[in-house]
Amino acid sequence: MADKKTLTFALMDAPYENPRSTTAMRLIDIAVRRGHDVNVFAYEGAAALAFTEQKPHANAVHGRDVDEEDHPLPHRWIGALLGAAAAKGAKIDWVNCGLCVDERGVNQAVEGTRRGTPGDFWKFATESDNTLVIPTR
Amino acid sequence: MEDRTIAKYLLIESRDPFDSNDVAHWHGLARALVAEGNEVTLFLVQNGVFPARPGTHSAALSAVADAGVEVLVDEFSLRERGIATTALTRGAKASPLDVVIDQLADGRKAMWH
Repeated sequence: MADKKTLTFALMDAPYENPRSTTAMRLIDIAVRRGHDVNVFAYEGAAALAFTEQKPHANAVHGRDVDEEDHPLPHRWIGALLGAAAAKGAKIDWVNCGLCVDERGVNQAVEGTRRGTPGDFWKFATESDNTLVIPTR
Repeated sequence: MEDRTIAKYLLIESRDPFDSNDVAHWHGLARALVAEGNEVTLFLVQNGVFPARPGTHSAALSAVADAGVEVLVDEFSLRERGIATTALTRGAKASPLDVVIDQLADGRKAMWH
């Protein structure tokens, strides 16, 4: 890909709280499917996006069992993004803020993501072609 | 004549003006950047798409477009909210989210609100 770029995203929202998380996943998906490399710095609540202990659940109100409910799990979305990137020859370097992870007890992260510090975000921002910070309100 | 380079900006608006008064400030920023000779895209996403549906806040959005700001509206967010892409307020145009990635890759200065 002649115009392959490296884009950095800083995410701050915890899973299941705001559509910003969904939009961020959509953006990353588009970027890697176009062959761009992507850096992600998951900060504050976003450090829980990659937590593999997220569990699907049934929905008693609507009478649906676990399979019927098919509850979305952000850690699976991240796994899918990593797979989509690999298929396109792109790379996702997903860093979960270590202090944020420890504070929340969400240390079990999706394989292919790693633990880091805000220093990684600084490095991402200085070395990538562009950076988008998606802040919490 | 002042020698200056035209900068390109991407302003992403995710907030509903019925819920957040500072959307008007974001519009003001977009207009001011264009008035200074810059190129600006205002991309509406999530609840930020509501003023693209003709209503109370639509005139303000059209005024931003009239000032020379490119106003694009995320097609997916419109569909989620049952807003027809064919009946948007004057100056607003439905667009795929891909535009954001294209403009980021192009080096636009991008800010999310």
